[in-house]
Amino acid sequence: MKYGPLLFLGILFTLASSWVGLVLAPKQQLGGLVPNVSTNALGAVVLYPQARKGEAQQGEEHYRSLGCVYCHSQQVRPEGFGSDITRGWGKRRTVSRDYLYDKPVMLGTSRTGPDLTNIGERQSDSGWHFAHLYNPQITSKGSVMPPYPFLFQLRKIGPGGASTNALKLSGEFAVAEGWEVVPKDSARQLVEYLRSLKTSVDLPEAPLPKVQEGAAK
Amino acid sequence: MSASSQTFSALLPGDVSDDSSKRALLAEIDASCRVPVLFFVISGLLWLLAGTALALVASIKLHSPGFLASWEFLTFGRVRPAHLNTVIYGFASQTGIGVTLWLMCRLCRVPFVAPGLATVAAIFWNIGLTVGVVGILIGDSTSIEWLELPRYCTPILFFSYALVAVWAIITFRLRREQHLYVSQWYLLAAILWFPWLYATAQIMLLIEPVRGVVQAAVNWWFAHNVLGLWFTPIGLASIYYFIPKVIGRPIHSYYLSVLGFWSLALFYNWNGLHHLIGGPMPAWMITVSIVASVMMLIPVTTVAINHHMTMWGHFGKLKHSPTLRFVVVGALCYTATSLQGIANSLRSYSEVVHFTHHTIAHAHLGLYGFFAMVMFGSLYYIIPRITQREWPSLGLISLHFWACFLGLALYVVPLSLGGILQGLAMNDASVPFLKVVEGTLPWLKLRTFAGLLLGLGHVAFVGNLVWLLARVFGPYRKPVVAILMGAETAAVVGK
Repeated sequence: MKYGPLLFLGILFTLASSWVGLVLAPKQQLGGLVPNVSTNALGAVVLYPQARKGEAQQGEEHYRSLGCVYCHSQQVRPEGFGSDITRGWGKRRTVSRDYLYDKPVMLGTSRTGPDLTNIGERQSDSGWHFAHLYNPQITSKGSVMPPYPFLFQLRKIGPGGASTNALKLSGEFAVAEGWEVVPKDSARQLVEYLRSLKTSVDLPEAPLPKVQEGAAK
Repeated sequence: MSASSQTFSALLPGDVSDDSSKRALLAEIDASCRVPVLFFVISGLLWLLAGTALALVASIKLHSPGFLASWEFLTFGRVRPAHLNTVIYGFASQTGIGVTLWLMCRLCRVPFVAPGLATVAAIFWNIGLTVGVVGILIGDSTSIEWLELPRYCTPILFFSYALVAVWAIITFRLRREQHLYVSQWYLLAAILWFPWLYATAQIMLLIEPVRGVVQAAVNWWFAHNVLGLWFTPIGLASIYYFIPKVIGRPIHSYYLSVLGFWSLALFYNWNGLHHLIGGPMPAWMITVSIVASVMMLIPVTTVAINHHMTMWGHFGKLKHSPTLRFVVVGALCYTATSLQGIANSLRSYSEVVHFTHHTIAHAHLGLYGFFAMVMFGSLYYIIPRITQREWPSLGLISLHFWACFLGLALYVVPLSLGGILQGLAMNDASVPFLKVVEGTLPWLKLRTFAGLLLGLGHVAFVGNLVWLLARVFGPYRKPVVAILMGAETAAVVGK
């Protein structure tokens, strides 16, 4: 090949094609997506999804900063494709609209740990989350998740008695007499974020499976 | 064809040895490359050592989660992206740029233009990257895969890269050799593609983030193309240069080279969204990427046939030339990782291996088996020529090769298999999740061992290089290329 200009144009046009196809086109198709509007049983208007606020929003920052995404996905694959739904990771597959307000969108590419799309629904107990973050072996023996002791404070029990939010640690995990482990702000925010993760909302493009009439509640 | 055969012959060792002016030009080019190329390469290799250390920490943590657990900055979710970014932007990119600069000068037949400019670019690149990696460790990672470096450091990298690209275009314009050899097509493409990718990703993901899953589309368009349109072309350019160079015969087929290049340019850049199979994206986006991934059979088999036929009858030379050995292993890994990648992009296969350690094995077969090995091979050729010093230890070269080769095999083969088993278990909802985790442990421990072998290889290589550089300050000794090249090609000394 001799022609520099031809080569140059070929190089630019090939990349331009996928830039249009896989960057611009998705932006055109999905960039204008809006929340779903529905009315609940009381007749009030409900928007889904909603932007996170307060502690849950701060917790999302910790989730990003600590790199949780490298082991936990946040996407439920469709029924019949993998075991996501049978494992109870979600009632329906996730769709583009579910991620409207995620900053950044952390779909994840690894399931060294389980999917967290609906962890807020599957495990709403903050106490469980605190114990799990402090040392995953407490709640999930054999897990390879690292402990996050730096999200907690080990402190002497004050004159007013043990703090109400101190972790209940026993056996091999117990701390010395007169000491307690309490979650720092970062742990509280992270847990609020995890508890905010839920997608079991009926959407026109992804309806929840109908509960059979008369099925046990 | 006359022009091309002329170029091919110009690339042959024999042609130059009887033309002293050409030989003097090559020596001048090599000498002019010394500072900037060495600067990029040495920084790249130092980042490789750092990246290997981070990799080992991350790998150990995956089977022994209590390891170094009390330090926040060393938690798995930070060490892993720190590893990825040091090896991608520190080692692979800088070493790749070093090799690219040298190849551009050689193939354009011009001595290094403005070496100071390129060295400044390298300095800025290292500053930007250091800031970025420290940023990741202290918690500023973006958690966007392949783009974790925080927003405040990426403009420094982009500026530095712009200097390199401007340099490359100037060199290209000043070329004395009008015919463009296949390596130059790939290099020019890589140099023009990368800034487009990087700028798009930075603007749409970090500076003015797009909403929702459009981020995922941009993310994987970018991340896959960093491999396909940045590292792959540089790696292929080096293979196309060094195989003919070392064995002393032209590339098997010019037409296969053309077909391989343009089919790669057409199809590779559409592959990225196969990373989102099963994900919350419109089906057409994923399907189009799967189709493009399967079309990659064309460039991959074309290039494989072309390289294999060039090597045909010359495999005996693998014994003598470390360059050839590393480059040929790299070329084989390119074929293997591409075929594996095509399989991974199929829905039925992806259903099993997506989200497993199989993907990690695949990424290492590509970036390490293909790209890093080709870079090592290239450096074994380039460094003695630009420093006018021979590699001091043959033993260290052997150690480097075998440690990396065995480490690579022990990394990729078992972890690919382990990943498939992990995926099958995970898709069977009757297997409790913690049982799935337990099943991965033996493979992950083996991976740590493989990583130690790779680390040993890197230390051997860097040790040999330090030893060689120490000799730069000693009295000049005529290089003894015979040690490395075998007696037949010893005549190319200094070329």
